[in-house]
Amino acid sequence: MPISVIVPNALTPYTRGVGTLVLDERCATVAEVLAALAMRLPALTDRVLTEQGEIRRHVNIFVGEESVRFLEGLETRIDDETTITIVPAVSGG
Amino acid sequence: MARTAATSAHAAGDVIVLVGTMKGAFIVSSDASRRKWKIDGPHFPGEAVYSIAFDQRAGRTRTLVGANSNHWGSTIRLSDDFGKTWTGPERQAVRFPESSGLSLAQIWQITPGRAADTDVVYCGVEPAALFESRDAGESWAPVDGLLKHEHRQFWMPGGGGLCLHTIIQDPKNSQRMGIAISTAGFYRTDDGGKSWSPRNNGVRAVFMPNKYPEFGQCVHKVVNHPSRPERLFLQNHWGLYRSNDWGESWQDIANGVPSDFGFAMQMHPHDPDTVYIVPIQSDQFRVVPEGKLRVYRTRNAGDSWEPLTGGLPQSQAFENVLRDGLAADTHETAGIYFGTRSGKLFASADEGESWKDIGGTLPPVCCVKAAVIGSS
Repeated sequence: MPISVIVPNALTPYTRGVGTLVLDERCATVAEVLAALAMRLPALTDRVLTEQGEIRRHVNIFVGEESVRFLEGLETRIDDETTITIVPAVSGG
Repeated sequence: MARTAATSAHAAGDVIVLVGTMKGAFIVSSDASRRKWKIDGPHFPGEAVYSIAFDQRAGRTRTLVGANSNHWGSTIRLSDDFGKTWTGPERQAVRFPESSGLSLAQIWQITPGRAADTDVVYCGVEPAALFESRDAGESWAPVDGLLKHEHRQFWMPGGGGLCLHTIIQDPKNSQRMGIAISTAGFYRTDDGGKSWSPRNNGVRAVFMPNKYPEFGQCVHKVVNHPSRPERLFLQNHWGLYRSNDWGESWQDIANGVPSDFGFAMQMHPHDPDTVYIVPIQSDQFRVVPEGKLRVYRTRNAGDSWEPLTGGLPQSQAFENVLRDGLAADTHETAGIYFGTRSGKLFASADEGESWKDIGGTLPPVCCVKAAVIGSS
């Protein structure tokens, strides 16, 4: 199965309205998934990563049910059936 | 850029007051009488708008907004129809190069360039840097001379972060420009941005062991008038100053103000001797002194200041006005406007003599800009 990336509603303006993106490319890490997405949807990855390629402070990325902050970050390894979920952190005011 | 058609009309002479708040932008408008106001917004609800500008050069009616999402970062959005439609979605155009090691945190200032350079726009950001657009705000590039400044390693963030919040220009000299950074002080370029020198001689830094360093002052705002660009007025983190020589030297002008601490400062649109400020009690208690909401005005370039209180609460008004919270329109009898941290928006149609609350209760106000339609 291909890799799926679920994006929050707030980011669907940058995915042409699509809530779940499906990647056919072979990607070994979360970083590679985001790089593949950046080729197609750079406005999406702008909102997820800083100019330095780091995950924005108030953005969480989950591989399956685990936040990559508690795994290997962007270098977290994935397989072909992984579901990645991008979620805004519970923060604000 | 994605943009849908439709233009909402305003007649020549109408006034628009652009208000950036912690929860979005509002466009407040009136006819030339400035008696009745209409509030449109919020635009970008939930996003903090620290910078806003209106550009009427080359026949444009372009509103530029620096909007910051706590989650998704900062971007500049454009509207040519008074907020009916905005550019987007697109890439975030204000971006540091990867080689800089920096990431954009906030857009603090947007300033159209000189009248002759109709497509040039500048923005000041956090971490402190100046960006330039040569296509009226669509795309941006950092000004390298400041990005790679040798002092950068010594600049320290103020309470709001290490922000470049002030950009002033010289209509008589296209190579000269000034910027202010909290906390780095005032810098000037005389070669179109290639090199920048600190110009803080006489400006105090109360929080440093050396009270008069070459740079490192916490300058809150600097203004000048296009008819007399060499004369600058500066509201400091403690201290009110004037320079008669484009910042070569500074003189204290805190003559008769209840406090020389404050943030906001606004030049009169037509009179180079008239400046408005809102004194704040202290850095430890950032509200207006004595709970009296007073705008102060000088009409003699700072030799004396007078309080303007007509219609403003004079007791239990523990308000604060941020550095870009004070603005003026360009009508012959200038309208003056300010917004407070508690979300009030006040307007004066008579140069500050009398004031009226025109905004109801908005989110905390970060910035206010005003313009007369059809006027540059």
